Amino acid sequence: MQKDVTFSENEKTLIAYIKCDIDHHTARRMREKIDSELFLKKPQLLIIDFSDVGFMDSSGLGLILGRVERATALRASVRVVGLSPTLMKLVRLAGIERVPNLSVSK
Amino acid sequence: MKRKINDMKLRLPAVSINEAVARSVISAFIAELNPTVEELGDLRCAVSEAVTNCIVHAYPNRQSDEPAYIYISARLYDTREVSVEISDNGCGIENVALARTPAFTTGESDERCGMGFLVMESFTDSLTVKSRPGKGTTVLMRKILKP
Repeated sequence: MQKDVTFSENEKTLIAYIKCDIDHHTARRMREKIDSELFLKKPQLLIIDFSDVGFMDSSGLGLILGRVERATALRASVRVVGLSPTLMKLVRLAGIERVPNLSVSK
Repeated sequence: MKRKINDMKLRLPAVSINEAVARSVISAFIAELNPTVEELGDLRCAVSEAVTNCIVHAYPNRQSDEPAYIYISARLYDTREVSVEISDNGCGIENVALARTPAFTTGESDERCGMGFLVMESFTDSLTVKSRPGKGTTVLMRKILKP
């Protein structure tokens, strides 16, 4: 089975690379994996890389917001990177780039 | 007078694996109109939201041996209009206006963010939601593709 999320880390940063479409079906497994890595590594910064995400619906927004909540509880912040124009459109629609402890870039 | 050039009906069990199936079928169905990447992305996302709503909300107390289905019907017109109707025979929505309010959700435990109807509305040209409590919900979306 294709890997849905892989990780790398350096210093105080944990990077999660998402490798598949994000919908309600796939989001659950991904959030469990990211959360367990987050609790294990306790980084200061969690970067979620969406460069390889071909499709995402509002489940992806829930995935991002949920991780911000977990990270904030662990005194970490979240950066979302690699958003394609399609994904950026959804992020802008929901206005989540204004959420504290979260930064969003292409 | 617009003329119908193609139509389809699809019935899928209301299980989450079918979110991807519904998106794929819609992509294939509208392919003959050569949609732009943006138009295709918009429609895939809107369909994914509607189907996800059926799976997450429509059949909350279903026993595993009871059938629970999502019904998708779509039409293409020679005016480059796509219409997609997605319905269920589920619990219905008590207050549709409230359900359509951005950030309103009853699915917090599953990290639902209450953006589904906003996405459907923003990514299509029109959205109609009809629901009868205890009977089910029908969502009708129309999108007109660029010439």
